[in-house]
Amino acid sequence: MTVDYGLPLETLTRLRGVRGAMVVSAEDGIVVADALMEDVSGEAVAALAASLAQRMGQAVTATGYAVPTFLHLQTSAGALLIVPTGEDLLLIVFGSPDINVGLTRVEMLNVSEQLH
Amino acid sequence: MRALEPWVEQPLASFLSESEARLTLLMTGAGQVVAQHGFTRAFDVMSAAALGAGIVSSTEEMARVMGARPFRALTHQGRGLGLFLSAFETSAGRWIGLVVFDRDTSLGLVQLFFDRMVQELVEGAPQTEARQQVLAQDFEQELQSSLRALFGR
Repeated sequence: MTVDYGLPLETLTRLRGVRGAMVVSAEDGIVVADALMEDVSGEAVAALAASLAQRMGQAVTATGYAVPTFLHLQTSAGALLIVPTGEDLLLIVFGSPDINVGLTRVEMLNVSEQLH
Repeated sequence: MRALEPWVEQPLASFLSESEARLTLLMTGAGQVVAQHGFTRAFDVMSAAALGAGIVSSTEEMARVMGARPFRALTHQGRGLGLFLSAFETSAGRWIGLVVFDRDTSLGLVQLFFDRMVQELVEGAPQTEARQQVLAQDFEQELQSSLRALFGR
């Protein structure tokens, strides 16, 4: 079965403040599909975000809690949001400081369900 | 980490630090080793360099037969270890990078920081003629000299 990633990703990029959305291989950090602003290096974001998600997952499970279902990294210049999707994929969204994190989180979880 | 060319050291050190690669070999297109990290035996370096250069030549020929442009990089991924192989042009000639990585890092990170290293090497390469190919009669002497430098013996 072929999964269409295009439309779900474009749905995410229509949200306020979102500058890019990607589906990334969790283990490899390689881009599977993306919808990005032109000036964004998707490969770099994918590799670094996947590494971050893996390390965060290891840290959280080491504390005895379950694998994270949502990661939110907030900086003064913007935000990075990650939702593990399926066996080996990550749904990644990043945006400007005015991104609506709550709404984006809900939409990411909806998209994650669609991609299962 | 050992390098025959001093200007290679900083870009390679940054790559190793960022990518967490286990083994790295930089060589010329002919398989002459320029720098290495992680190898403990000269024999392994010789074998890896020869095999890496051979694989790049084979895939380039395959691309030519298929009417395609040369492949940018070649990756093998096993359960525990992965291998990344890529050729690139510098003012010092055509070079090949061979990287072995494990589950402490990922293919994406290796690719990302390898590309950055290549950019730094291209910018930092002295504007001289490409390193001359070693002639058959000089091969043994050149090989021994390179290995002595790379392993500090």
